[in-house]
Amino acid sequence: MSTLTRYRWWFVTAAFLVAFTLFTAEFQQPQTTAVLAATLRQSTPLVLGALCGILCERSGVINIGIEGQMLMSAFAGFVVASSTGDLLLGVAAGIGCGMLMGAFLAFLSVSLRGDQIIAGTVLNIAAIGLTSFFFQQGRSLPSGKTSIIKIGPLADLPVVGRVLFSNRPLTYLTMLLVPVLWYTLFRTTWGLRTRAVGEHPSAAETVGVSVVRIRYLNLILGGGLAGMGGAYLSLEAVGSFERMMTNGKGFVALAVMIFGRWNPVGAWGAALLFGYANAVQTQFQFRGWLADDPQFIGMMPFIVTIVVVAGFVGRARPPASIGQPYSRE
Amino acid sequence: MNLLRAALVPILAVVLAIAVGAIIIEVSGLNAFEAYKALYDGALADRKGIGRTLEKATPLVMGGLAVAFAFKAGLFNIGGQGQLVIGALFAGAVGYGVTGLPWIIHMPLALLVGAIGGGLWGMLAGVLKATRGAHEVITTIMLNFVALNITDWLTSKVWREPGIIVRTPAIEPSAEIPRWSQLPTGFALAVAAAFACWYLLERTTFGFEIRSVGLNPEAARYAGISVSRIVILTMAISGMLAAFGGAIETQGVVGRYEPGFNAGLGFNGITIALLARTHPVGVIPAALLIGAMEAGSSMMQFKADVDPEITQIIEALMLLFVATPILVRWVLRRRETSDISVGAHWGDA
Repeated sequence: MSTLTRYRWWFVTAAFLVAFTLFTAEFQQPQTTAVLAATLRQSTPLVLGALCGILCERSGVINIGIEGQMLMSAFAGFVVASSTGDLLLGVAAGIGCGMLMGAFLAFLSVSLRGDQIIAGTVLNIAAIGLTSFFFQQGRSLPSGKTSIIKIGPLADLPVVGRVLFSNRPLTYLTMLLVPVLWYTLFRTTWGLRTRAVGEHPSAAETVGVSVVRIRYLNLILGGGLAGMGGAYLSLEAVGSFERMMTNGKGFVALAVMIFGRWNPVGAWGAALLFGYANAVQTQFQFRGWLADDPQFIGMMPFIVTIVVVAGFVGRARPPASIGQPYSRE
Repeated sequence: MNLLRAALVPILAVVLAIAVGAIIIEVSGLNAFEAYKALYDGALADRKGIGRTLEKATPLVMGGLAVAFAFKAGLFNIGGQGQLVIGALFAGAVGYGVTGLPWIIHMPLALLVGAIGGGLWGMLAGVLKATRGAHEVITTIMLNFVALNITDWLTSKVWREPGIIVRTPAIEPSAEIPRWSQLPTGFALAVAAAFACWYLLERTTFGFEIRSVGLNPEAARYAGISVSRIVILTMAISGMLAAFGGAIETQGVVGRYEPGFNAGLGFNGITIALLARTHPVGVIPAALLIGAMEAGSSMMQFKADVDPEITQIIEALMLLFVATPILVRWVLRRRETSDISVGAHWGDA
């Protein structure tokens, strides 16, 4: 298969993006900057969710509960930050909450060998129930949400400066995590073991890799990433908690993961695409296009997800042992 | 004896969930006994309460059936919510838009159109899975969001009642499902649907094919069953079942379509299907239980000051206990426990 046909979807997407950016730049530069900055912001929780999905699925466990992990962590982070006044503590609580939920998912699906999708669904439903029951209206963050950090003179560059170098801390951290996870997954022993466990657990076990340990580790670390995504939503993006505030982002993150072919860098690219769709959606609203029919704007990211999942899943191959509980015998 | 053993796990799960729920209520400084007493009073104490419970249970039976039916083919339909709102809206549209028909034709026609609408919506996910390998868990959830937006748009732009409130006009009396001395008869339709599903799955060739695909798609394919066909049809039927519940809600309870009146039903369907251990008839008692909890929750808030969201927590706990193999293993002393496996076919094209 020639390169052109193999990557035709990427070419089509890239061409579309370039055309659309030129189209928006046509109006005014500030708007283009706004769209690109929003793209990065919108993509952050998706990247974190997708990285969580990658860690889990590369080790052979489906995590359909990312949505629940994010929602619960957004809540935990917000409650801790609003009662202590310390944002850093809030973020830590969010990450910790995600890790706990990851450990619980591992307990259900690895130790008890339950069905992984059902286990994830339990997380989702529990998160909706717990957050709506314990949520109290009227709490706020005494310190406001996380503040923008400008990176020296770089932040003064036109367009690029505003888009890349004047962001909030979790956005930077996410951009940093992408290459770090790529490196650990493809260049370190732990990464090799993770992938081995995901492809052929019994083979990995015969050379002395503990499938259970690797899966626990990955699910907990992944949970921490999803938890950071949740903390991002409540403490960095919005600055408060709202019922059901994840609004399907955890599921979109799964599509991002598939689109990115279970690769951190690919997922980052895919998340930027989805973030872009969201940013354009916001611009539509901002300019009052389709103002009479906001529903059509509202459904755009979901339709994009369906198209992507339907268009790519057949071509992208998931880790071979995915979805099957592992027992040593 | 077999029935008792099968029912033991769900019953234990329910008891455990209610007990943990009581602890949560006590921890938040309220009286759990009072809360559950109020819940019972609101749901089952009088004819009005029972009527309310049956009303709430009707779409739950259908939502549970939708999930349980898809489970039999190894499919996980989380799109019940979207299929339901489409069924509810279409039934409402036919209910008010078509006039001059006698009850005996109009009422079933509206039900049928609602069910077909939701069936096509469910079938979309089936087609995407069979032809493109897109996993139905992602597509059905995404289709939920799309369905909510589409029904909102149709309600506010196309089939809107003049006025401030966004809703469709009231349906014609000829489309209504009547009440029988305060009790909603729509529940009987849901019960009939449950038995029909049982018959279809257990007593027909088609049902056998569905179960074969669920147990082992490779073996089914080898035996000459078209797996794609079964996947598409199962999702269509599953969608129809959920939508049928929405249509009954419109024609029997609400009398029109109003966005938002049935938020969150989709996830209940999963809990109910698993409480019923995916048995179509078992869905009935499971739905009655959840329906009673929802019917009584407002009384519980009124009398005992307990937030009605507690019922969602109890439902999540029920799901947890019934879906975790630990309880099943302990009660049934079985090694391999999962009678449901939807995770094994992730990413199969």
